[in-house]
Amino acid sequence: MSNIDVVITGMGATTPLGGDVASTWDGLLAGASGIRRIEADWVDELELPVKIGAMLAVDPSEVLPRVQARRLDRCEQVALIAARQAWADAGFEQPTDEHQDVEPERLGVTIGTGVGGPVTLISQNDLLHKQGLRKVSPLTVPMLMPNGPAAHVGIDLKARAGVHSPASACASGAEGIAAGYEMIRSGRADVVIAGGAESCIHPITLAGFAQARTVSTRNDDPTKASRPFDVNRDGFVLGEGSGVVILERADRAKARNARIYAQLSGYGITSDAYHITGNHPEGVGQIAAMRQAMTMAGVSPTDVGHVNAHATSTVVGDVGEAAAIRNAVGEHVVVTAPKGALGHLVGGAGAVEGIATILAIYHGLIPATLNLEDLDPKVQLDVVSGEARKVELGAAISNSFGFGGHNTALLFTPAA
Amino acid sequence: MADNAEILAGLAEIVEEVAGVAQDDVTAEKSFVDDLDIDSLSMVEIAVQAEDKFGVKIPDDELANLKTVGDAVNYVSANAK
Repeated sequence: MSNIDVVITGMGATTPLGGDVASTWDGLLAGASGIRRIEADWVDELELPVKIGAMLAVDPSEVLPRVQARRLDRCEQVALIAARQAWADAGFEQPTDEHQDVEPERLGVTIGTGVGGPVTLISQNDLLHKQGLRKVSPLTVPMLMPNGPAAHVGIDLKARAGVHSPASACASGAEGIAAGYEMIRSGRADVVIAGGAESCIHPITLAGFAQARTVSTRNDDPTKASRPFDVNRDGFVLGEGSGVVILERADRAKARNARIYAQLSGYGITSDAYHITGNHPEGVGQIAAMRQAMTMAGVSPTDVGHVNAHATSTVVGDVGEAAAIRNAVGEHVVVTAPKGALGHLVGGAGAVEGIATILAIYHGLIPATLNLEDLDPKVQLDVVSGEARKVELGAAISNSFGFGGHNTALLFTPAA
Repeated sequence: MADNAEILAGLAEIVEEVAGVAQDDVTAEKSFVDDLDIDSLSMVEIAVQAEDKFGVKIPDDELANLKTVGDAVNYVSANAK
């Protein structure tokens, strides 16, 4: 492994709390909730036990030109919106044939997704059966493929060093950022557009999650439904959105006097080899991922002041992660869980929460966990509740875990 | 039976809907690919909508020959029922 330092010079997001990073961060600090009742006929018609979701605060149709939007699955739309924001935030202009701020051959994309475009697949299948072949969109396959979000971003921002789309369920966004780090460290790219995206709020995904007994059914009180680490939690709330960061070689960023939010100093990725949805009871994979991240970054557990937890608000998952954090990092660490406010953005989660971790370092401020009113006694950690807490941070970890037994920990440090 | 001006106006509506080209720019001499920047995927959508609108069949081998908007107008004019 090389000694190339990788820093974050741009960030973009569209989430249930806001259409960009600033409004999302403000929402987290203000204790806002992105969760509401799903306004669709099928909610009652199908008698689903879940009637709530975390839908985007700003619909992509308000941002993208109509013709561009109709060629993209919603998952691709949110990735493109977040990527363009991150790109501009890094101080780069939209590339043209004549002008590129980053040499295309040195620019990569690593944007993961959990499931890609199943909503397109289902709607086109319906068209095929109801109206016949002629009505099936020629864009069906590029809209449903899980590499679509990354590929569209690569075309839009002229990335020719390679486009990758990690698929590790709810860890996909974090794996996207880790993959971007690898592209730079291995010398394949100088700048990488990295993150995750998801948009799959649909009767079949809600039905599937409901049948797996993983989602909250607190339908009468949507803004209270997602409550990580709270003793009265009853499952996660499905959300949609995207987060994208610009990863850049530190020497390149400094040479152009870029604003540096933080350094991505290491990551850990492990797999449980245990159960397709359940986390390992001793959390060995989660512990190992956090330890790997600290080892790669050259920091000790006592240096890590903050963990942005994956904590989805499920009964089993949250206490398992809490035990893993105590084991790998220690009881001194200050924890928060943004899913209380954001819901679970699946493939977008790790990236959006990575951005929240970066901003916690940048601003020295850790948002509270929304709806944490009565800490589960099994958690035994300092979880921020009520109001955001000011903390100067030397290092912070963002955890993301996914169905399949995927464990990813990203470790960020302040800009040197 | 629509005259050529009506067919052109109808095609322009479809091209704007599918590809976002302003209707005024959709004129007979324009090439779909070279002038209007329409890709092969959008051409399939335009053909399907034109079939519905004008009551014609546009087989794939005929679609390949419709290079310009004028080609399409003439094809529709000659083949509409």
